[in-house]
Amino acid sequence: MTLLALNPLVSPDPGLFIWSTVAFLILFFLLSKFAWKPIVKALDERERSIEDALSKAEMAKAEMAKLISENEDLLKEARLERDNILKEAKEIKDQIINDAKDQAKTEGTKLIEKAKDEITNQKLAAMAEIKNQVSSLSLAIAEKVLRKQLEDQDKQQALVNDLLKEVKLN
Amino acid sequence: MDLSHIFNSKKFFSVAICAVLFSFLSFSAFSQEHASSDTAHATAAEAHDAKPEKEEDISKVILHHIADSHEWHFFGHVALPLPVILWTDNGLVSFLSNKFGHNDHGTELLDADGTKLVYYHGKYYYPESVKSADGTYIAYNNKGEIMNTKPLDISITKNVVSLLISVTILLVVFIGVANAYKKREGKAPKGLQSILEPIIIFVRDDIAKPQLGHKYRGFMPYLLTVFFFVWLNNLMGLIPFFPGGANLTGNIAVTMMLALCTFILTTVNGNKNYWGHVFTPHVPWWLYPLMIPVEIIGLFTKPIALMIRLFANITAGHILILSLISLIFILKSVLVAGIAVPFVLFISVIELVVGFIQAFIFTILSALFIGMAVEEKHAEH
Repeated sequence: MTLLALNPLVSPDPGLFIWSTVAFLILFFLLSKFAWKPIVKALDERERSIEDALSKAEMAKAEMAKLISENEDLLKEARLERDNILKEAKEIKDQIINDAKDQAKTEGTKLIEKAKDEITNQKLAAMAEIKNQVSSLSLAIAEKVLRKQLEDQDKQQALVNDLLKEVKLN
Repeated sequence: MDLSHIFNSKKFFSVAICAVLFSFLSFSAFSQEHASSDTAHATAAEAHDAKPEKEEDISKVILHHIADSHEWHFFGHVALPLPVILWTDNGLVSFLSNKFGHNDHGTELLDADGTKLVYYHGKYYYPESVKSADGTYIAYNNKGEIMNTKPLDISITKNVVSLLISVTILLVVFIGVANAYKKREGKAPKGLQSILEPIIIFVRDDIAKPQLGHKYRGFMPYLLTVFFFVWLNNLMGLIPFFPGGANLTGNIAVTMMLALCTFILTTVNGNKNYWGHVFTPHVPWWLYPLMIPVEIIGLFTKPIALMIRLFANITAGHILILSLISLIFILKSVLVAGIAVPFVLFISVIELVVGFIQAFIFTILSALFIGMAVEEKHAEH
């Protein structure tokens, strides 16, 4: 303490100490109440509002991105739907064509079959007709030939001879 | 805590100040050499006598300049007398400092409303009953200390006026800024507001938050007040004329008051964890008789270091500037001004930075000490 007391520079002056304490405390209380409180509050509030605005912007951005991706999804879905519909339509078309083809084929074969049957029937009928015609013609011919043959005696003889020859040879 | 850049810059400053000091020393060495050769040539003893007396005067002048005063000196014989208020044995005595002239040699008895006083080297004492051999009413003991008792001096001195001016400036400025915040709620800052806002945010984000964590809010008013009080007074101390020039933050009574505030805040807010560190430190029990006193001393050394750091830094700056100016008078040549004035300018610019850094350091250390006191228990390291 004696060392401190020696130099006036390092010996605290009680008067100034009292005054500075009083002044500093008054300054502290007045500034705390009327300056620091509103300033710190205002700064905090502004920072909060800025943060809010930033986070809101971020949210809006995310929302936007979501909307865009949703739109894209929708578009993709629509495209898929369209493709599906087209594919289905094509399938249906192909099926119809195939069905038609099949039907036509069966119908055709049926017709051909029928035609064939008809032809056969006609053929048979014609054959029977021809046979009848041929038999009646041959009967007529035979009648005419016989009549001619039997008109002449000689010829009758010759015929008998011929017939006999044939028999002998056999 | 990220203080590395500060320490780096401090290092830079100490190097710069060392450089200046070296040049200063070489100057004084040169001057002494010069003086000795002068005396060798001089025939009479007058120069021999005059020289040391002059040098003593200069150190006295410097100390006088950085000390408190009962008047505010402007120039020549023009000075603003300040009210002297003394709490004497007869009660409160007050008068203007120029009432009894300017005799501060303690050779005159002053009669203030019936109280006998003597004014000696800027201080008021009760006079001894008889004059001592040197014609003063001051008596010394064998250690060279003044024996006279003093009344309690609560005068409005130069430092007190400067204090009141700075308090007024701070109140006007910051209440004005606070009103601006209220008026322009939620808007961008403007004018003075936008100058001070980054500094307020700096105090909050770089001083309070890192040291105090989530508890910073309650200590913001104190830290902001201390920071701006110290900073403004550091800067005002650098103004060489009215309303500056009072070496307020370089006065140990003021730094003591500030350090005491931090000490009281630290002690009042100290939690269980803090006192636990003091009284049950994490050392083997048989070290307690050693550690507990060390910890208790530590409680007091922290604010004392705060007090001395600010006082010494600011006072040193003032002494440096005054010494450089005094070179002109020591070397008795106006030509020295060509070197001294640029040096003073250089140091003054450094002092501007030091003024800010010291305010910052005082505040951050206050925050650190309070932070240590309110720190929650965490994993031991």
